Amino acid sequence: MTATVLWVTVLLASLASFGLKLAGHLIPEHWLATERVQRTSTLVTVALLVSLVVVQAFADGQAIVVDARVPALGVAAVALALRAPFVVVVVLAAAAAAALRALGWG
Amino acid sequence: MSREPPHGFLGHVKRPSSPGVTAAARQGMSVAVATGLYGISFGALAVVAGLSVAQTAALSLLLFSGGSQFALIGVVAAGGSPVAAVATSTLLGARNMLYGAVVAPLLSVQGWRRAAAAQLTIDESTAVAVGQRTPEAVRAGFWTAGIGVFVLWNVFTLVGALAGDALGDPRAWGLDAAAGAAFLALVWPRLAARRAQAVAGLAVVVTLALVPVTPAGIPVLAAAAVAIVVGLVAPSAAATGKVGR
Repeated sequence: MTATVLWVTVLLASLASFGLKLAGHLIPEHWLATERVQRTSTLVTVALLVSLVVVQAFADGQAIVVDARVPALGVAAVALALRAPFVVVVVLAAAAAAALRALGWG
Repeated sequence: MSREPPHGFLGHVKRPSSPGVTAAARQGMSVAVATGLYGISFGALAVVAGLSVAQTAALSLLLFSGGSQFALIGVVAAGGSPVAAVATSTLLGARNMLYGAVVAPLLSVQGWRRAAAAQLTIDESTAVAVGQRTPEAVRAGFWTAGIGVFVLWNVFTLVGALAGDALGDPRAWGLDAAAGAAFLALVWPRLAARRAQAVAGLAVVVTLALVPVTPAGIPVLAAAAVAIVVGLVAPSAAATGKVGR
C-alpha cells in the first residue's frame, strides 16, 4: 500500500470504529441484548483472532510455511497457560524466534 | 486490549469485594497500566508492518481498540487489500457496539461527554464498569479505566513505534513471531466455552485451506463469516445445556 492508501485505510477504519461505538451508545439496549446477537459477536471475535494467529504464524504470502514463528507460538501458548502478562508473552515469543534464527533455523 | 473480556456482560462478571468509588478508580488504574504497557508491542509491530510513526499514532488515537488495531496492521503486513484491512478491523470492533449499549444507561451522559464515552468504550473500560455495584462506582471505574488506558496506550504506542523504527530487520528480532503471539494472547481468555473452541478449530481449518488460494485478508474474513453462520444457526445455549455462549 502507498502512504496515501494507508492513510485512507487508517482513517476509514477509525471512522468505522467510532461509528460502531457511538451507535452502541445511541440505540436502545434491548435491541442488542438478544442471546443470538451476543453469541454471534463473541464467536466472530474468536474466529477473527484465531484466523489472524494462523496467518501470522504460518503464512508467507500465499504459501504455508513452518519456520521459527511456529515454535515461538508454542512458547507463547505455554506462557499464556502459565498466566504470563501480555507483554511477557509477546516478548518471549519474539525472543524464541530471534534465538532460533540466530542459531540458523527458520 | 482484551485479556479479560466481559463475557456475557450482563451479570456474568465477577464482582469485586469492595464496591466503593476509590476501589473502582484503583481497579481502573491498574487495568490502564497493564493494558497501556502493551501499546509498546502494538507500536513496534505497526511500524514493522509498514505504517509510518504518524499513522501508527493516529490508529491509537482515533481507532482506539486494541484488537482492531492489531488486526488492521496484521492484514497490512500480510499484503492484504485496504478493503480487507478495514473490514477485518471493523468486524473485530463490532463488539464495542454491544459494550456501548450496556454502559450507556449506566453512565447517562449527554453531548460531548457521550461522544467521549463512546470513544473510550472498549473491553477494559466496560469490564471495569460492569464489575461495580453502585452507579457512582460504575462511573468512576469506566472513566478511570477509559481515560487511563487511552493516555497510556497512546504514550506507549509512540514509544513502541519509535523503537520499532530504530530496530532494523524485524525478523532478526523475532517481531514477526510476536504478532502471532499477540493475537493468541488476545483470543486466549475467550476460548473457555466449548462453542468458542469449536469455532476456533473451524477458523484454523478455513484459514489454512484458503491462504494458498485467495488474496491476503480473505481467509480471515472467511473465518469470520463461518462464525456468523454458526452464531446465527446454532441452537441457543439454554436449549442445549452448557455448550457455551
